[in-house]
Amino acid sequence: MSTENQGSVGIVSAQTAHFSEPLPLRAGGSLPAYDLVYETYGTLNADRSNAVLVCHALSGSHHVAGLYEGKPKSAGWWDNLVGPGKPLDTDKFFVIGVNNLGGCFGSTGPMSLNPATGKPWGAAFPFVTVEDWVDSHARLMDRLGIQQLAAVLGGSLGGMQALAWTLRYPERVRHGMVIAAAPKLSTENIAFNEVARQAILTDPEFHGGNFYERGVVPVRGLRLARMIGHITYLSDDAMNDKFGRKLRHDTPQYHFDVEFEIESYLRYQGDKFAGFFDANTYLLTTKALDYFDPAWEYGGDLEAALARASADFFVASFSTDWRFSPKRSQELVFALLHNGRRVSYAEIDSEAGHDSFLLDNPQYHAAMRAYFKNIEV
Amino acid sequence: MTTIENRQRFDFEVIARWVSEGSRVLDLGCDDGSLIRHLERTRHTRGYGIESDTDRVVASLANGINVLQMNLEQGLSGFKDGEFDYVIMSLSLQAVRNTEGILAEMLRVGREAVVSFPNFGYWRHRVSINEGRMPVSDSLPYQWYNTPNVRFFTMADFEQLCEMRGIRVLERAAFDEDREVELEPNNYASLALYRLGRA
Repeated sequence: MSTENQGSVGIVSAQTAHFSEPLPLRAGGSLPAYDLVYETYGTLNADRSNAVLVCHALSGSHHVAGLYEGKPKSAGWWDNLVGPGKPLDTDKFFVIGVNNLGGCFGSTGPMSLNPATGKPWGAAFPFVTVEDWVDSHARLMDRLGIQQLAAVLGGSLGGMQALAWTLRYPERVRHGMVIAAAPKLSTENIAFNEVARQAILTDPEFHGGNFYERGVVPVRGLRLARMIGHITYLSDDAMNDKFGRKLRHDTPQYHFDVEFEIESYLRYQGDKFAGFFDANTYLLTTKALDYFDPAWEYGGDLEAALARASADFFVASFSTDWRFSPKRSQELVFALLHNGRRVSYAEIDSEAGHDSFLLDNPQYHAAMRAYFKNIEV
Repeated sequence: MTTIENRQRFDFEVIARWVSEGSRVLDLGCDDGSLIRHLERTRHTRGYGIESDTDRVVASLANGINVLQMNLEQGLSGFKDGEFDYVIMSLSLQAVRNTEGILAEMLRVGREAVVSFPNFGYWRHRVSINEGRMPVSDSLPYQWYNTPNVRFFTMADFEQLCEMRGIRVLERAAFDEDREVELEPNNYASLALYRLGRA
């Protein structure tokens, strides 16, 4: 499919936009002032019609593509999708990545200083929802002079943000692209999130969320949260293929230290995550996921909830994704179709579970490429 | 869903003639989306295609049509009653195992259904069978051991099923390769098209 040159967007750097007008929040109250950190790739065209917003998932950031100066291993989280000649082609589109509020990668979040106290927000950082993120993104688009986005896309939680965009600002989105997501979390999804949160909340180093001033990090909680999260991102088959029942040693040691390779892998992922991610951001973000449900105000009627959307849609799911299974994407597809929306749906065969949306599965990327090619700018 | 390669244009033209301007159409087994695209251009329809094969889904996306990747053997349970004016199945009916089920579903979801299929009663096929060999032709391009077709029936068989199941034949067209056949189509036509309604 891809004979074109598939390049990197090259060296990139993040920018910061400061907003001094308070942002009203769905949970009540407002955020008095805030920063949004973002990156852009490609060039905004003269009539400003080629902008594409990429929304990140739980642990992602504004760093979608490219490398940071002097850091050869710093490729953005969707670098395989975004770049010159890639499916989301930066020769055609102006691509924007933005770190969500409540995050820990530069946008205002629990680690930022609360202007009222001069100390980090910590546990006092207000609850932010998917809709609040979208509102803050819309202000960033205003700042960048973008009235209408050619597309908003994202995977997982990012897909929910893309959907929220099409409902909150219907006239500002031409294409909503919802990948490996769901119109709301299932009971089981919330249950897994709650286990992860409890791991953090019960870590003695959490100190009610105000651990910064004590110079500690609830590492154990973060590790456990990531370990359980990671299990839900993979599939049974993928884990079996990758690790099987392989042992670290030739013979069983009959101890509680690392024995099976999967244990080693989960510990490694947990440690890595605890080294860079903020515990309060994890709590806030999983709660934002739990609360997301556009149909809630419509008595659970998703079709009614989507009536105000006017974008065209592309929805994709992956066969072995059990976190947000194909069935959840189909719910969304049919609710859009019942509303007469233009919608396409790809159900990609993949062994890699929920994580598939981050991988460069050839059929997945071919479908994305074909869809992006038909987006007029 | 597998369809015969290179759908013939006359098939599209008959369907375009039958489908009313601006209607909502669903094409089951839409291949690369050519029919939906043809109907959008000539009849300004609002269409969706269903296709199970990923390469064909990608081709449909490249053609700019709405395509939904789903398996037809699971039925059309996600669609509402009467959600479409026409549910079309072009040259695929013979490749679906659950013939009765899919016909019933097409007429539940669609006000009308349009189907086309190769007529196994075509005289050349009869000659071939008479000579002791399964027919292979432009409209039946496969060998018995690699055909995607799972149901083998004639126009007369199909019409009998429609009568038994209370399906009304609203219109019929039959072709010998690309030439329309008026006389004794069950014998002289290699391809049959039907526009169907609920009784």
